[in-house]
Amino acid sequence: MSSSLDLSHITVSIDGRDLLSGVGLRLNAGQVTAVIGPNGAGKSTLLAVAAGQLKPRAGRVMLGSRESHKVPTAEAARRRAVMPQDSGVAFAFTVEEVVEMGRTPWRQARAGRGFAGRTRAWRGFADDATAVAHALELTGLTELADRDITTLSGGERQRAALARVIAQATPVAQGSVILLDEPTSAMDVAHAESTLVLMRELASRGAAVGVVLHDLDAAASYADRLVLLENGRVRAAGPVAQVCDAAVLSQVYGTAVEVLDVGGRLRVGPLRPARAA
Amino acid sequence: MSAPAAQQHGTDLPDAARSASAPDAAAQQGEPGKRPGGSPRKNRRAARAWAAAVVLVVTLGAVVLISASLGQFSTTPQQVIESIGRVLFGGADPLNDRVDATLWTIRFPRTLLALLVGACLAVAGTVMQGLFANPLAEPSIIGVSSGASVGACVAIVFGFSAAAPWTLPAGAFAGALVVTAVVWALSRSGGRAVVLTLVLTGIAINAVAGAATSFLVFLGDTSSREQIIFWQMGTLSNATWDHVGLTGLVFVLGFIACLGVRGRLDVLALGDRSAAASGINVERLRILAILLVCVLTGVAVAFAGVISFVGLIVPHTLRLIVGPSHRYLVPLSALGGAVLLGLADIGARTVIPFADLPVGIFTALVGGPLFLVLLRRTLKRPGGAA
Repeated sequence: MSSSLDLSHITVSIDGRDLLSGVGLRLNAGQVTAVIGPNGAGKSTLLAVAAGQLKPRAGRVMLGSRESHKVPTAEAARRRAVMPQDSGVAFAFTVEEVVEMGRTPWRQARAGRGFAGRTRAWRGFADDATAVAHALELTGLTELADRDITTLSGGERQRAALARVIAQATPVAQGSVILLDEPTSAMDVAHAESTLVLMRELASRGAAVGVVLHDLDAAASYADRLVLLENGRVRAAGPVAQVCDAAVLSQVYGTAVEVLDVGGRLRVGPLRPARAA
Repeated sequence: MSAPAAQQHGTDLPDAARSASAPDAAAQQGEPGKRPGGSPRKNRRAARAWAAAVVLVVTLGAVVLISASLGQFSTTPQQVIESIGRVLFGGADPLNDRVDATLWTIRFPRTLLALLVGACLAVAGTVMQGLFANPLAEPSIIGVSSGASVGACVAIVFGFSAAAPWTLPAGAFAGALVVTAVVWALSRSGGRAVVLTLVLTGIAINAVAGAATSFLVFLGDTSSREQIIFWQMGTLSNATWDHVGLTGLVFVLGFIACLGVRGRLDVLALGDRSAAASGINVERLRILAILLVCVLTGVAVAFAGVISFVGLIVPHTLRLIVGPSHRYLVPLSALGGAVLLGLADIGARTVIPFADLPVGIFTALVGGPLFLVLLRRTLKRPGGAA
């Protein structure tokens, strides 16, 4: 299987401390790969390297067949969309305007260069409007499209950031990469679930999805592959069933983690004490 | 074991997506993909932008007429219009007539310089706020204006500007550039300027620039001292056609370039990293925008001194009317800045009869309190200080 994004031997150090040492991450088309691990293990750092936002001290990031940093910014953005952990927006843009920002690389591509091109890009194209409307619909934001984003709750802002990423990743093609850094951290259960289902659907249309998740059960349920980080190194990587080892997880997280097989589906979570009724 | 999972999320995904987001069922029944005309708010903002443009253009015309008809030698707006017709279209020599001479050698250059300087400062403020993704970034607050003033003082004190007039704006531009680079390096984290750091950096830089200016005043001779002190307060009283011409040229070129980057400035509101991931070449945009801010601020400071807060008042007011998109903010700022400084200049010349107050006093009187309000509001917001 060809990988849409391939990170190999990534080492990142800040102030002489290694945040990542020799980490690899392969994102394959049609698959969801979840990065898990305790706080400070390097999950977000790894995602930032995958997103081309952080230059590793050593290692290689291949976007398709080319090195990521050699792909022009706009072209890279048409193939790789990134949802950051921080979904804040500096000014009072509407939700729809923020989602439209996801269309930036596509507008640039078709409008051409120069002043006239920029003006055309600025007006947008019909399929931009369709992509934006569809992204709003998928994230359940159609009703909130007109709202000032700075007045939304954290979970709603997160959905807007997700919608922006979906708009940017439209049309999903073979080779598309979607990176999500804790996409559901501020969402309620219903929206968290629909986000995870949406993530799977994007993968089923051919996108290679990389996602940082804290919820081990969500990772086990929705991902195809898991990468377990510990202190900046890969502790385990592979198919879900292989990585979901209670002993390993318990050791890495420093708390008892149980893995249950419920009707062929793994349920993973902390081992909680029984309470008297 | 991943097989069952894959199976479960196989063919029935669109349905799953729908059922899992049951709370949004109502939202999803809205007609997707049928919003070619844009949302109501967006259309409202576009309509407001056009209305604001019309109002500002009309006001601008009135400001020019009133500004030109005021002064010790009193004229009526009608005389002003007649004089414009005579000289511009009739080819009359303005020096043959007392009215024409007053208007064309003293008042018009001053009025036009006020409009151009106002436009430069307001556009610079707007672009700088977009660049820093922070509504409190303004050339005078963060010290860019005082940096420009140090550069210009060097040109005055060491006699460069007497030998070659263009060294004055060049010095101002260089000073502005140094300060912007320093503020840039010190005040940002995670792609956005942190409010407190931005303001505190501004305090430090204004202090250092103030000391440098004082030192230059100390070094200078009597005439350059007088020139510097007057000009620190912000004044338009030395306007000449040469100043108008150079400021106009710089403004037109800088403004066109700002129109070219305005669409991309919007995306910077997401933070540098997200902007880069959205296909914006952030490094290139940043350098271009910084240069534009410095050129516009530099030329304004060189010919009118330090006039503070124009770049804060204008974009803030416009944002309340047309929203935060730089597509509207940049062109409207030019008009708004011209109107604001035109009005301030009228005030400076009329509040105390026969006295020509420094125009900077007026913008600071309005801008200072507004800045406090904005600062308090920003700091009160959850995570606002960060």
